[in-house]
Amino acid sequence: MNEKAEELDRVEKKDLFGSGHRACGGCGQALAARLVHDAAGENTIACVATGCLEVFSSPYPDPCWRIPFLHSLFENPAAVASGVEAAYKALKKGPVNIIAQAGDGSTADIGFQCISGMFERGHNVLYVCYDNEAYMNTGVQRSSFTPYGAWTSTTPMGNKTRKKNLPLIAADHGIPYVATATVDDFRDLQRKVKTALSIEGPKYIHILVPCPLGWGHPGELTVKICRLAKDTGLFPIFEIIDGKVTNVKKIPVKVPVEEYLKLQGRFRFLFKKGVPTEEVAEIQRIANQNIERFNL
Amino acid sequence: MLKQIEGSQAVADVVALCRPNVISAYPITPQTHIVEDLSVIVGQGKLDAEFINVESEFSAASVVLGASAAGARTYTATSSQGLLLMAEVIYCIAGMRLPIVLTCANRAISAPLSIWNDQQDSMAVRDAGWIQLFAEDNQEAADLHIQAYKIAEQTFLPVMVCMDGFILTHAFEPVDIPEQKEIDDFLPPFKPRHIVDPRWPRGIGLYADPRFYMETRYILHRAMEKSEKTIKEVSANFAKTFGRDSGGFIKTYKLKEADVAIVSMGSVVGTIKDLIDQLEEEGKKVGLLQICSYRPFPRQEIYNVLKDKMNIVVLEKCISLGRGGILASDIRWSFPRAEKKDRNISSFIAGLGGRNITVDDLRYMVERVEKEPVELEFLGLKKELIADKDL
Repeated sequence: MNEKAEELDRVEKKDLFGSGHRACGGCGQALAARLVHDAAGENTIACVATGCLEVFSSPYPDPCWRIPFLHSLFENPAAVASGVEAAYKALKKGPVNIIAQAGDGSTADIGFQCISGMFERGHNVLYVCYDNEAYMNTGVQRSSFTPYGAWTSTTPMGNKTRKKNLPLIAADHGIPYVATATVDDFRDLQRKVKTALSIEGPKYIHILVPCPLGWGHPGELTVKICRLAKDTGLFPIFEIIDGKVTNVKKIPVKVPVEEYLKLQGRFRFLFKKGVPTEEVAEIQRIANQNIERFNL
Repeated sequence: MLKQIEGSQAVADVVALCRPNVISAYPITPQTHIVEDLSVIVGQGKLDAEFINVESEFSAASVVLGASAAGARTYTATSSQGLLLMAEVIYCIAGMRLPIVLTCANRAISAPLSIWNDQQDSMAVRDAGWIQLFAEDNQEAADLHIQAYKIAEQTFLPVMVCMDGFILTHAFEPVDIPEQKEIDDFLPPFKPRHIVDPRWPRGIGLYADPRFYMETRYILHRAMEKSEKTIKEVSANFAKTFGRDSGGFIKTYKLKEADVAIVSMGSVVGTIKDLIDQLEEEGKKVGLLQICSYRPFPRQEIYNVLKDKMNIVVLEKCISLGRGGILASDIRWSFPRAEKKDRNISSFIAGLGGRNITVDDLRYMVERVEKEPVELEFLGLKKELIADKDL
């Protein structure tokens, strides 16, 4: 293995998103944030949206960040990061890694316009979306990333729509690098962050981050649930480099979606006395379509 | 150098001479010419800056927020709906103490849609913690931008330069544009206080729970009050350096001997001065108090010059619906409650949505308040357009 490949494959542990944050036990987002910033290294500026990550990591006077951290509003980290990048260019400073980051609500809904603008203008910024499939910070309300069938506090009878596919929308902006990842595979996630940061231009990494509180699972199952999300086909893992889908993670043994759904309180009502309802069949169809589309 | 140019061009030229590092804006009438002119200056390489064309005013404000937090001198401009769309970021910029300069080309607010001038837009964000300076003419609009950077970077408060849309932005007047060296001497390079930089890792924009939040607002309020000194000093230094009075807290015109004092701000003060001169020839003593700095509000200065005036009339291009004149409320508050109960402070709303304010309108207003105080009146209202069922 050559040096560069070795570096890409190394799991980094630098504690840049340090101890002392106040996330729930088993929080997928806290784990992802640690992995992302440890992979990025010290020469990084984090532009963070209002949300769980910001709230559990940056209360005055006890932030847990050991790299510079900039937060202003819920929907604007992509635009703020664009400004930081412009300032670095204008002041002839850098190079520096700029990582705009937010949850799925900020990314896919309220901040969607800002992100599209950042991609289209071609800023040299990595955007990381921590996708926990609902507005968790405000109490588990539906977002446009909430999957079909899921209970949230604003879809008490189950969500009736399919999840917005932002990785493909991002790629269609013509940006050079898009990837999906989960927090069960540290090496894969960190390799993608390092790869993204080695590329000039806007980059997008979409990370599935289970939320024990909102999804209704014990914290120790966070990693297992990520594996099942992949092995059912519900969360395909791939990269899109210069518009071409590549490095698709093949599913070794395909798992029925029931195995994934049954572990989570948000899907429990889809089983009547243990018998799956029509919604489960629909979710299986979604998984099958993913498997076919991405050749998982 | 004296140039016969459009107000927007004058502002763009002067902003460029202030050497902003990052400019970001979204087009909205009547602000457009300012940013078009700046994009040409940057495009021709006459200013070494990043010019970021964004997808909304919300992002324009967010881009300059990020750039300022990274240590850049920044500029943006907007108007009306654009300023309202920015409002969330506007508050944030002040709370984060980022010395951003913004031009507001004053315009009415929807609905109904109107692209024409009044000052409702600036008023909508008057409580946000931004210094708000109002220009009388294009020379002052240009000069205020030079002063704005100096004030902002000394106080770490953002500054909004307000200039009447169309009336100033699209008017051609002779404007003296200083030389680059003069501005460089007056305005030293920006020295940021806190920046995001991996060499000195720190957090900007932490959240504050109830143990800490209120103090941040108190400190910001005190900073706004204390900026009075800086605004006056910068205006005085500007006069010394460039040889003309611009900005400051307040200005007066024939006020000392006046029986009726008109209070106003923005470009309409030119028309008011014309009326005052006419009335003087007719033997009437009318004077003007012009508010240059609306926030911080020059309460003490106003009191000092108006304390002997018993007949005051406030003319403004904005209204707090359900309450009345906004500037009039501020002026009424400038006097101690117990003092001189027979002082009359009348309130006139004028020029909303670009309706012209003529000398005759103003003459009517003065004659009206000479007879009796007026609680609230819309000047130049067309009663024939209002049906009884509308009221």
